[in-house]
Amino acid sequence: MTATDDARLDAFRDEIAGWIDANAPSSLRDRPFSEDDICWGGKRWTFKSEDQKTWLDACAARGLTAPTWPVEYGGAGFSRAQDKIFRETLDRLRVKKPLDSFGLWMLGPALLAFGTEEQKRHFLPQITRGEIRWCQGYSEPGAGSDLASVQTHAEDKGDHWLVNGQKIWTSYADQADWIFALIRTDREAPKHRGISFMLIDMESEGVTTRPIRLISGKSPFCETFFDNVRVPKSYGEGISSIVGEENRGWDVAKHLLTHEREMIGGGGSGLTGGRSVASVLADDGVDDPVIRARAMKLGVDELAMNLTLERYKDMAKQGGVGNASAMLKYYGTELNKARFELLMAAGGSDALAWDGVHGTLAPEWLRTKANSIEGGTSEVMLDILAKRVLELPSE
Amino acid sequence: MTTLTPTEDETMLRDAARGFLDDAAPVSNLRANRDAGRPYDPALWDEMVKMGWAGVLIGEDDGGSDMGFAAANTLAEEMGRTLAASPFLSTAVIAATTLRRAGAPGLAEIASGAATYALAIDEGPKFAPAATRMAARADGNGFSLSGTKTFVGEGTSATRLLVLAQSEAGPTLFSIDAERAGISREKLDLVDSRDHARITFDDVVATGEDVVGEVGQGLAALAPGLRAGQAALAAELTGLSAGAFAMTAGYLKERKQFGRHIGSFQALQHRAAHLWSEIEVTASTIVNAGRVLDATPDEADLAVSLAKARATETANLAVREGVQMHGGIGMTDDFDMGFYMKRARVAAEWLGDYGYHAAVVARARGDAA
Ligand SMILES: Cc1cc2nc3c(=O)[nH]c(=O)nc-3n(C[C@H](O)[C@H](O)[C@H](O)COP(=O)(O)OP(=O)(O)OC[C@H]3O[C@@H](n4cnc5c(N)ncnc54)[C@H](O)[C@@H]3O)c2cc1C
Ligand SMILES: Cc1cc2nc3c(=O)[nH]c(=O)nc-3n(C[C@H](O)[C@H](O)[C@H](O)COP(=O)(O)OP(=O)(O)OC[C@H]3O[C@@H](n4cnc5c(N)ncnc54)[C@H](O)[C@@H]3O)c2cc1C
Repeated sequence: MTATDDARLDAFRDEIAGWIDANAPSSLRDRPFSEDDICWGGKRWTFKSEDQKTWLDACAARGLTAPTWPVEYGGAGFSRAQDKIFRETLDRLRVKKPLDSFGLWMLGPALLAFGTEEQKRHFLPQITRGEIRWCQGYSEPGAGSDLASVQTHAEDKGDHWLVNGQKIWTSYADQADWIFALIRTDREAPKHRGISFMLIDMESEGVTTRPIRLISGKSPFCETFFDNVRVPKSYGEGISSIVGEENRGWDVAKHLLTHEREMIGGGGSGLTGGRSVASVLADDGVDDPVIRARAMKLGVDELAMNLTLERYKDMAKQGGVGNASAMLKYYGTELNKARFELLMAAGGSDALAWDGVHGTLAPEWLRTKANSIEGGTSEVMLDILAKRVLELPSE
Repeated sequence: MTTLTPTEDETMLRDAARGFLDDAAPVSNLRANRDAGRPYDPALWDEMVKMGWAGVLIGEDDGGSDMGFAAANTLAEEMGRTLAASPFLSTAVIAATTLRRAGAPGLAEIASGAATYALAIDEGPKFAPAATRMAARADGNGFSLSGTKTFVGEGTSATRLLVLAQSEAGPTLFSIDAERAGISREKLDLVDSRDHARITFDDVVATGEDVVGEVGQGLAALAPGLRAGQAALAAELTGLSAGAFAMTAGYLKERKQFGRHIGSFQALQHRAAHLWSEIEVTASTIVNAGRVLDATPDEADLAVSLAKARATETANLAVREGVQMHGGIGMTDDFDMGFYMKRARVAAEWLGDYGYHAAVVARARGDAA
């Protein structure tokens, strides 16, 4: 790293802070994080405010909804260092992210790695502009941890696929425009070799969803049914409805799960955002040495985990992390659950209301319990580490 | 922007250190030292001096190699892996950094191997420099030092001592010859079989020239060296964790019971994977501490204490699991795992235990306990 690099990054820091300051509406600043403030985008999205739309459009026009994606696909082409500065500046100014979506976290990275040029040019800008909202159709009633057992099936009908089956736990399926799904396209092949990664319009005839309610009281996920759904083989020149090769969707799915794990592992931790146990104790005037001691230990672990996320991003940039990303998912989600247990303990009976002095802490606490289930359970992560990273024997 | 991944130079240094230590200081050396009643192998330290390790934090004008804190941590980490005993931490890290920052004499002697140092700071069972009570009474133009220091690493073998005592003006740091009249050194036989001493000072004469930094400003004079030492000790503990883990993972792949490798039992697989995760997360704090010390050495309290706290806990888990997963053999003196367990316990206490450093982290984050 040279002095000129540093100087250039400093200039970038000033420029981006100036831009955010000039463009971020004041109503989206200085608010604590709340799931209700997230802008998900999509055709069915009703903006929470005019400001939310203004901020999204301003950022999308500069590629800032997907800062590291190439400019030609709607990104800003930021380096990792620039992206970090951008994220830090948003945090520092306490400005909401313009857009969150499964398209940004999951499908985008998979398309960037496996998509054709035409697929990228078609699908990615719709994601960065917040026009199309995607959902993830992996899990089935009989295929959870053992994901490669998916049974939802597509029959080859020449110019289209005929899809039948059922997905479950599909987050936001009832609000999504499109679904990326693991569909069995070859029943004869070994289970990992007969799955394709398929892009399906949720408005297609034969797709229905049924919401499921979570213990947190919300119902962000659904059962998704496919009844004789006709999926075109192509959405235009070079725009196949399958990403990557037919029957090799498992490779795409695995790549995407890696991104998902990093994302979930990094969620909700540490210094940035979220309230501290000490502040909850102070708010309530509670002086409990046991909770304080546990909070000190948690503080140590959170800082260490934040550094680990940074270190793994540096490693990813330099050639990859591979299966070790399962560690981020495992460690980050267990830590986040521990943090919410402590927040609840610190809040005492004040924290028990669905919506009270501590806001929606109680439902958020309940929601964190899914962190170590969604995207692959903690036990599955430990299995991956034991077998793939530590190479422990199978018998 | 610096990254938390190793630079090419660091990777080369690590490879060279590992190659050397595997050869010259395997764990069997520690066993041989112990059985011979010797705190460390002077020939090994001579070799380290020749490679520039004694001068890792000393400027080239004084004959040092001036490689920086991240490099010192890398060396300490590799020493931890094979439990290599040497005056490195007390002398090349703590004393060298302290003397250098204070502009005090002695650096050339450290770099050349002519002098080794011990830090005489603890007075009770816990690390608490601010509570130092040993007296530095004004005596003519100088001072008279009286009191007892305990748990002094490298205390019986060092040729010089850094000692913290209370003068009228406040805590004051002295650098004195270990053989000065009035000093008596008693070997402490601790579980890690290394060199530790209780040192009694009985009207030991010190002059103004022996003072490191300013009179009454001993804690400030010591702070840079302490931070460097705590970081290097954290690195040593992380190397120790990795060394113990490598033995354990190897055993899981080799030992058979119930007609299968014990490493195929999921109960052990998940614990091994958890332990590996802890080691990875701690490793990030070690790299970070080196980076922060090299960039902003005076603003490194948080980074250093984070590293020491994490490293202490992770090493503790690594050695507990190490013994447990080896079954009966893990309990035997013939097997090396016990050495890892014992060193981990001693290093956990030295220069501040988990609670001490977790409290520093909490204060630095503004979550004061
Ligand atoms: C809030 C939420 C949102 C979700 N969103 C989506 C989504 O958008 N799209 C989607 O496709 N899916 C989604 N999921 C589904 C999620 O990926 C699955 O729940 C998860 O993969 C686990 O599968 P399962 O529920 O069938 O549990 P199971 O696989 O039946 O597991 C039950 C228990 O057994 C353990 N177990 C299983 N196999 C092993 C093993 N080999 N060794 C040790 N223990 C084992 C598990 O760890 C778990 O504790 C979501 C889930 C939740 C909770
Ligand atoms: C101080 C001491 C005194 C002893 N005294 C006696 C005595 O008087 N008489 C006597 O006969 N024996 C004695 N023993 C032996 C003791 O009973 C054995 O050490 C013990 O049964 C474990 O066997 P092992 O050492 O072969 O370990 P292993 O069986 O090889 O175990 C190694 C590791 O693998 C784990 N493991 C093994 N199988 C499984 C599995 N199926 N699932 C998950 N994990 C598994 C173990 O829990 C352990 O962590 C003594 C041992 C000690 C340490």
